[in-house]
Amino acid sequence: METIVFALVNGVIYGLLLFMLSSGLTLIFSMMGVLNFAHASFYMLGAFFAYTIMGATSFWLALIFAPILVGLIGAAVERYGLRRVHVNGHVAELLFTFGLAYLIEEIVKIVYGKTAVNYRVPSILDFPAVQIYGADLPAYRIFMLFVAMAMLIGLWLLLRRTRAGLIIQAALSHPHMVGHLGHNVPLIFMTVFGIGCALAGLAGVIAGNIFVTDPSMAVQMGPIVFVVVVVGGIGSLEGAFVASLLIGLLQNLAVGINASFADIFGFLGLTSASEVGSITVSSLGPVLPFLLLVLILIFRPQGLMGEREL
Amino acid sequence: MNIKKTAILAAALSVFTLTAATADTIKMAFIDPLSGPFGPSGESAYTSFQLAAEHINAAGGVNGDKVEITGYDNKVNPKESLVQLQKALDDGARYIVQGNGSSVASALIKAVNKYNARNPGHEVLFFNYAAVTPAFTNEMCSFWHFRFDAHADMKMAAITDWIKQNPDIHKVYIIGQDYVFGQAVAKAAVEQLAKKRPDIKIVGNELHPLGKVKDFTPYTQKIISSGADAVITGNWGADMQLLMKAAAESGSSVPYLTFYGGSKGTVAALGAAGVGRLYQVSEGITNLPASPEQYALIEEYKKRFPQYDYYYHRAFNTMAMFKAAAEKAGSVEPIPVAHALEGLSIDQAYGKAIMRASDHQVQQPLYISVVSDDVKYGVDDTKYGWKLVPGGTISLEAAEQPTTCKMKRPT
Repeated sequence: METIVFALVNGVIYGLLLFMLSSGLTLIFSMMGVLNFAHASFYMLGAFFAYTIMGATSFWLALIFAPILVGLIGAAVERYGLRRVHVNGHVAELLFTFGLAYLIEEIVKIVYGKTAVNYRVPSILDFPAVQIYGADLPAYRIFMLFVAMAMLIGLWLLLRRTRAGLIIQAALSHPHMVGHLGHNVPLIFMTVFGIGCALAGLAGVIAGNIFVTDPSMAVQMGPIVFVVVVVGGIGSLEGAFVASLLIGLLQNLAVGINASFADIFGFLGLTSASEVGSITVSSLGPVLPFLLLVLILIFRPQGLMGEREL
Repeated sequence: MNIKKTAILAAALSVFTLTAATADTIKMAFIDPLSGPFGPSGESAYTSFQLAAEHINAAGGVNGDKVEITGYDNKVNPKESLVQLQKALDDGARYIVQGNGSSVASALIKAVNKYNARNPGHEVLFFNYAAVTPAFTNEMCSFWHFRFDAHADMKMAAITDWIKQNPDIHKVYIIGQDYVFGQAVAKAAVEQLAKKRPDIKIVGNELHPLGKVKDFTPYTQKIISSGADAVITGNWGADMQLLMKAAAESGSSVPYLTFYGGSKGTVAALGAAGVGRLYQVSEGITNLPASPEQYALIEEYKKRFPQYDYYYHRAFNTMAMFKAAAEKAGSVEPIPVAHALEGLSIDQAYGKAIMRASDHQVQQPLYISVVSDDVKYGVDDTKYGWKLVPGGTISLEAAEQPTTCKMKRPT
């Protein structure tokens, strides 16, 4: 029981973090029709910027300024990079973001070194908040939960309740019409790209200190973000939200299950002595999201809530 | 005519100086992760080897030759390591140094065996300073491979002896990385506990992917709900640091008995929570009483590489044994050095080190230590450091384990 409760709490926190990362990616996709391979790199930049700002000032300033800085860089990338490459079609855009991911990683390696930096949880939040079944839940995790929720509500309000959100939504599906109505569509694109990157940066700020802040964090996070976006349905924010929570819970719950394949498929004659039978569910935890990806692509190519196919 | 002569002379001279230059340097290739999640592990060892080489060179080198260590980043990937090995061989390396990752060491042993069989006269030696899967000096043993670290069974014997002395421990949880080394650690733990403390219940035996888990909270949660009195882990690098980070967060007070609690950042991740809780077994710790020269070395290392701590004592042992063997053999060629290494004994800072001839496994005293705030040298820039536990010294003889190796020596 306690394992399940804990897995649920951690799964939700991890899921919301994934959503913070994937919401930007899915927004950018529905807008430009291009998968931004460099998206996780902005997550990494957020963590490194926060480390620098926190070293010079405080964590709270880092929480505000690191995502803004990342967002500005994202906007600049769109304005001076993607927009020019856009003329040459989607393949060129894809290759551009692919190259950009490598470029950012190498620059980070040059500036911060090849190994992890000591980016720490602020001491004011470094205490156990509540105890559940004898295990402490750190205050910082609760804080992560609140930041993620605030971001979720903020994004929803922006897109669904403001005039700007209305225009963005319109520009996503009918950019030409919005342009004819007198709106500056390229500016909207740049803003959305910047916001998407800033959200990834924010995820980096709040996750970098609880995980590891090193130049390989982008490469490690990249695949899982794509899984979220594809499973949720490319371009669907709601889908990304559901998929994030699903994957967060799946990974956390799987670790807690000790059953092996032999226990589950014993009725088929599988014994724990065999190679396959001795695999436990908990050791499969990290693979499950990718298994989900494969299954979704086979049985529901448009994703859980997506409207168009890949 | 004159120009032609000068040209020939110049060419001859350049060939001469080239050969003279190569004869003066002993090239060692350090093939280990120098970036990524295990980068700090590789780099702190690399800096230790470099400092050891500098000291040897400053004292006149090995038989008058200078030692040169070059780093090759393998990203703990066996395939990448073979590419780097080829690069190192092309660069003229005759000694290969590696430690992080038994999967890599296994690939390198096989590759070196093959290379040496195919290139008589150009043999290379493999100095393994940290890959501790027992098989490398048992069924897989090779004349070309020398291990300068105690292997998993030796370290586990030290840990299980400690558990034997602690009757309060009834339930043990084993967690490790899912590859050849983690499996070897788990196997050794189960076997040795069954022998030494048959009453102990193993409440968990878990393997997680190597270097992939970012958040160990679900695992520590499982450990807490299993009711374990002690956790045994062979984790190293980021996997060690993150496991302890999650353990500290969860607030449980289960002791962690580790091989590599000394991995950079682990003590810092725990902070005060580590005191009396994080144990490690190693070939030496900076807070053992030592000679003034050893203290000077520890301080010089910290001054030169402030981001790391003096941890890889075995790197210095490796270089000291290499130098002693080369001097004994009167040669820096791999085969005479290998023969001289067999049975070689040196006095190192924390006792003797003997290279057992039968399997090329170093024999040395081991020390069990625990994190304490009352120490001479803290680690990770904290006041917490490693302190010997009472009865934590395991003599060279007691640490010795039998071998099944049938060494085949070149004729």
